[in-house]
Amino acid sequence: MALKIEARRQISTRMLYMTPFIAVFATVVAGFFLFMLLGADPFEALYEFFISPLETKYGLSELGVKAAPLIMIAIGLALGYRANIWNIGAEGQLTLGAVCGGAVALAFWEETGFYILPLMAIAGMAGGAAYAAIPAFLKTKFNVNEILTSLMLTYVATLFLAVLVFGPLKDPMGFNFPQSRMFSDSAILPIIWEETRLHAGFIVALLAAVAVWVLLTRTIIGFQIRTLGSAPAAARYAGFDRTKLTWFCLMLTGALAGLAGTFEVAGPIGQLVPNISPGYGFTAIIVAFLGRLHPLGIIASGLLMALSYMGGENAQINLNLPQAVTGVFQGMLLFFLLASDFLVRYRVRRLKPLVEGA
Amino acid sequence: MVVMMQRHMLHWRYRVWRGSGLGMEPSDKAVKEHPRLELSGITKAFPGVIANSDVSFKVAPGEIHALLGENGAGKSTLVKQIYGILKPDSGAIVWDGREVDVPSPHAARTLGIGMVFQHFSLFEAMTVLDNVALGMDDPGKDRAALAKRIREVSESYGLPLDPAREVHTLSVGERQRIEVVRCLLQSPRLLVMDEPTSVLTPQEVGKLFETLRKLKAEGCSILYISHKLNEIKELCDQATILRGGKVVAACDPREETARSMAQLMIGAEFRSVARREAGKGTGPIRMELKALSMAPEMAHGVPLKSINLSLRGGEILGIAGVAGNGQGDLLAAIAGERKAATPGAVIVDGKPVGRLGPAARRKLGLCTVPEERNGHGAVPDMSLTDNAMLSAHKRMGFMKGGFLDTAKARGFAAEVIKRFDVRTPGTETAAGSLSGGNLQKFIVGREILQKPEILVVAQPTWGVDAAAAATIQQALVDLAGTGSAILVISQDLDELLTLSDRIAVINAGQVSEAMPASTVSVEEIGLLMGGIHGTPEKGAA
Repeated sequence: MALKIEARRQISTRMLYMTPFIAVFATVVAGFFLFMLLGADPFEALYEFFISPLETKYGLSELGVKAAPLIMIAIGLALGYRANIWNIGAEGQLTLGAVCGGAVALAFWEETGFYILPLMAIAGMAGGAAYAAIPAFLKTKFNVNEILTSLMLTYVATLFLAVLVFGPLKDPMGFNFPQSRMFSDSAILPIIWEETRLHAGFIVALLAAVAVWVLLTRTIIGFQIRTLGSAPAAARYAGFDRTKLTWFCLMLTGALAGLAGTFEVAGPIGQLVPNISPGYGFTAIIVAFLGRLHPLGIIASGLLMALSYMGGENAQINLNLPQAVTGVFQGMLLFFLLASDFLVRYRVRRLKPLVEGA
Repeated sequence: MVVMMQRHMLHWRYRVWRGSGLGMEPSDKAVKEHPRLELSGITKAFPGVIANSDVSFKVAPGEIHALLGENGAGKSTLVKQIYGILKPDSGAIVWDGREVDVPSPHAARTLGIGMVFQHFSLFEAMTVLDNVALGMDDPGKDRAALAKRIREVSESYGLPLDPAREVHTLSVGERQRIEVVRCLLQSPRLLVMDEPTSVLTPQEVGKLFETLRKLKAEGCSILYISHKLNEIKELCDQATILRGGKVVAACDPREETARSMAQLMIGAEFRSVARREAGKGTGPIRMELKALSMAPEMAHGVPLKSINLSLRGGEILGIAGVAGNGQGDLLAAIAGERKAATPGAVIVDGKPVGRLGPAARRKLGLCTVPEERNGHGAVPDMSLTDNAMLSAHKRMGFMKGGFLDTAKARGFAAEVIKRFDVRTPGTETAAGSLSGGNLQKFIVGREILQKPEILVVAQPTWGVDAAAAATIQQALVDLAGTGSAILVISQDLDELLTLSDRIAVINAGQVSEAMPASTVSVEEIGLLMGGIHGTPEKGAA
């Protein structure tokens, strides 16, 4: 019996939107067996991994805290990826955003006023965008691959932050610890759920998702971005300016990542420290793809990725399972997603034997 | 199955009865010896489409057999199965009376089947010798000997080739020779040629036909795929006509007219384009090219060299030429996809536009249809509505502020579909799922309904079925009738002679003077296509 893989003529869009759900379901099933092999009670383990983080106020709020930067960054990345612009240096743009927003907060550390937070947000977006402008310039002027430049600049940004918190921005009263002063209350994001760390940044992230969705589907710029990604020659034929679109996508992505960085320091952290993000800028790449590069999908996948972090922690603490479980689950999720995507676009057909038909 | 067996037994009986097949009169050859190739009930299906359905025919030794059909009739799929690229779902390939399995092109070559593809697979930066050696199963160690053989074989068949030349310095016709010679070196007993003349000048076609007749005289069979009826009448002994994947007729092309074969091919009354009366095309000059020069976009391309051209309202100006002589860059330069060095190199209605982009030129009334449909003229994954948006959003006002007016674009797409008879489930169907002809009708229709003052079209009917081609050509003629100026860049000389008021020729990046289509001869155009420049009078002398 021979098997053959062939492209489907009609790709069902409905199935394409179903695949993330299928992938999650398959991951749960596979996780069941995985936990069984690890010697844990699979029901209990799955419960600890997927359900128990959602049962407490703390868990739910932390889900939002972790999902906020993931969503905000992934939204921007998705926009660029739609246009085949591969910014993978969001981590660096986040860092620069945190530096710029944080610098504003420190400049006003003795002041109070409603204007400080907006000023920080603007500075953070400007910082992230300016940092993304470097790959944009190199790409449009010298056709340098933005994947390399944006990635390498990430390490520069991390070191730049370290220089600042070990040097000029170090808290003078901080016993020489490498961290800045604590921000004043006016420079801290309002909490939207009492007694938790869930801050207004989560709402901004959701608004950003909706805004980018409108941009992508309803505006001429969004249409140009989609065309550029789908058929570059057709975009040229239509007269869409590739250089301008590259700048637009990279700057917007950088600004959103920068804003996410500012919100991290103005939210859960409250000061500048050497390590601001546990790799949100990189995880957001997975979030963007898991969410089908669709703004609303990204909200769901951002929450899911946040959950997988927390579930992994739970499994570690309560079941003595290795920390690698988190990575394994994320890997399975991605694997099942790619597999079901493939099967939506292609089908496996059993070849009929070569016998003369009637 | 039973029928097939009977057929086999019949051959076998004749063979025993008459002894060997040698020394027979040509007229009863087909019955007396095994056909070189016999296809029996070949069926091949792809998802959603049956490309070949129960195809059977025979090719006798030394026969030039035409496989005739519109684009999408299943010709290429069929020969790919003969050459081992595709595997039939059912049916039998019988070679010299023996049923064979052809699992790969290598196996096909071992049997003695050679194939010349429509699109060459050559390395431009390498020599003829290297390219020939790379394409052979066993080129041997001795390169000098191979070079000598290439010279001998190519000269004895009237296709001279210098083995030391680098491919990028050769014309398209010479490149095709490499592919032909590569096959001939392996002494094929069946040569399959897929649309070989689409890249040749009329003179080169003549030479190729001489070669093919020589091969025929030596007993080599040729399976000749084409949709050019006059060529088939001139060259072929037998023709099998495919339509929708099925054999609809077999005939002797020498006894048919081009018109009767066309009707068999398209299965309907052949509709010819209504020619306009002479004297049209005297409107004001709408577009001018003045000393337009441009470096090639692709490596090994030809630069555009100081092109001068003027296009009047109401006329159709054809630009003939063999592929790869700068047509792509010329279209890009006119459309604005590539900008000229100076604004004055391209002039639209007296305005210098050489430095403007496509959107700005479209606004001035200059619309274009590129050669490549999927990915250039249309975005395959996007709906027809979005594809209407693609080039028409500014000119037709599908925007409100920075926002898209999708409803308006959908209405426009629906009108294109209706007016140009685009067969599609609806406006939200992805452009990539349309057949070539339907997508081309949509693209041409999209540009025409924008009422362009100047329309530049590359290869309007390339790979399009005859019915769609007639619709498109008629639409172009009608548009010219409304006073628009039309420039058609095509490799299809017949099409240009049908459509154009004047014809110019592009060769090596230079465009000849435009000549009135009513008086110019195919020979003159052919000489210009082959690179013999000069005034038309000299060319004819």
